[in-house]
Amino acid sequence: MIRLSAIDKYFGEHHVLKGVDLTIAEGSVTALIGPSGSGKSTLLRCVNLLEQPQAGRVVVGDTSIEFNGSGRPDRLALQALRRQTGMVFQNFQLFPHRTVLENVMEGLLTVQKWSRTRARERALELLCKVGMEHKADAWPNTLSGGQQQRVAIARALAPSPRVLLCDEPTSALDPELSGEVVEVLRQLAREGMTMLMATHDLRLAASIANEVVFLENGALIESGTPQRIFKSPSHPRTAEFVSTLQGVVEPG
Amino acid sequence: MPDWLKLMWDSLPPLLYAGVVFTVPLTLLSFACGLSLGFVSALIRLYGARPLVAVVRFYVWLIRGTPLLVQLFLIFYGLPKVGIVFDPFPAALIGFSLNIGAYTSEVIRAVIDAVPKGQWEAAYSIGMNWTQAMRRTILPQAARIAVPPLSNTFISLIKDTSLAAVLTVPEIFQAAQRIASVTYEPLILYTETALIYLLFSSVLSALQQKLEVYFGQHMQRTGGPA
Repeated sequence: MIRLSAIDKYFGEHHVLKGVDLTIAEGSVTALIGPSGSGKSTLLRCVNLLEQPQAGRVVVGDTSIEFNGSGRPDRLALQALRRQTGMVFQNFQLFPHRTVLENVMEGLLTVQKWSRTRARERALELLCKVGMEHKADAWPNTLSGGQQQRVAIARALAPSPRVLLCDEPTSALDPELSGEVVEVLRQLAREGMTMLMATHDLRLAASIANEVVFLENGALIESGTPQRIFKSPSHPRTAEFVSTLQGVVEPG
Repeated sequence: MPDWLKLMWDSLPPLLYAGVVFTVPLTLLSFACGLSLGFVSALIRLYGARPLVAVVRFYVWLIRGTPLLVQLFLIFYGLPKVGIVFDPFPAALIGFSLNIGAYTSEVIRAVIDAVPKGQWEAAYSIGMNWTQAMRRTILPQAARIAVPPLSNTFISLIKDTSLAAVLTVPEIFQAAQRIASVTYEPLILYTETALIYLLFSSVLSALQQKLEVYFGQHMQRTGGPA
């Protein structure tokens, strides 16, 4: 289970997250939606503490870290928490100096200290899963954006994380290429992978999330099933935001 | 064989000997020490505590703002006045290392900074700690960008080691001076000396290109790893 409680985050004077609470059940897929600057990406990045809140508590599985504005979190706890999360970035961020296979093996070798043989086996398995095994020896910059993102998903899954965090996973891709990424994510969802994603891709949110959370100005406005949020939102701000997206894609 | 060619031929062994025994070791050692110093200084500039950053800035400012020849004289002829005495070779080594350290620290700082922040985040996201991220993700990418500017510094250093002659280190240039002073053939001897330096730096430039290819493998548009 992932739980964020009373998260307060400031960038300088700017209050980005205002006491946000969020709980994600094991095996669920949650989509964070909201206008640009609503804090959805920041909230997502608070889960693996790429952004560290000034106040609040972050719990991932058996690791809990409390923030009260005094000092940085314990390094071992931070490490333990990050090892239970995997992350997919908007612009992929594959390691350009490593091949596709090496990218996926990297965490297993460096962090988990697996043997090369075992890491290679696991990496190839994951590349198969995302349909990229035929490019195992290619350099990332020779791949299309969709292919890079699928490799990035395999890399994030390698250490068997408890939750997969996706920060706008399809935003850098044109619709055709984003389709192949959505397909991979949908397959993972079917297999019961816990996922949290920040997205403004309604197709992604509507088709694979079972919980949609609407954020605005750093506050959680409303949450519910995709059907409810997109068809009959109860909060006027949610309705307004969803209406701006109407016609972009018909939620399923 | 004409006289000038014979003189060149006869002086080749002592000049090459001086090169192999003094110039090359002095260059390699100074570069190794200087690069280590530059790396530590760069890390301090990037991540260090304020007082340490100030120390490093002062060091870089001082070394870059004063002539290398004056620095070498200070170390070898000046410091003995306050009881600090070095032999010629160590004095030259210290002088060159301090110099290389100051110049390379700026290069190293810039190339580490040039690696996108997202690469740190990607490394952290798969569970790496700072040291692992630096060693496995950031430095290999920084190294590729660093090869050309560092090679520049290195080639300058090979030539600058001729300044060690004034500290009585018997390197190539000093050997040439000695032979020129007994043969009265400065034109021939110094031409030969220039050619020897040219040879050394050409070999090293070729090495630089190999390094660039090595670090830049992934920049090729086709194919897999070498």
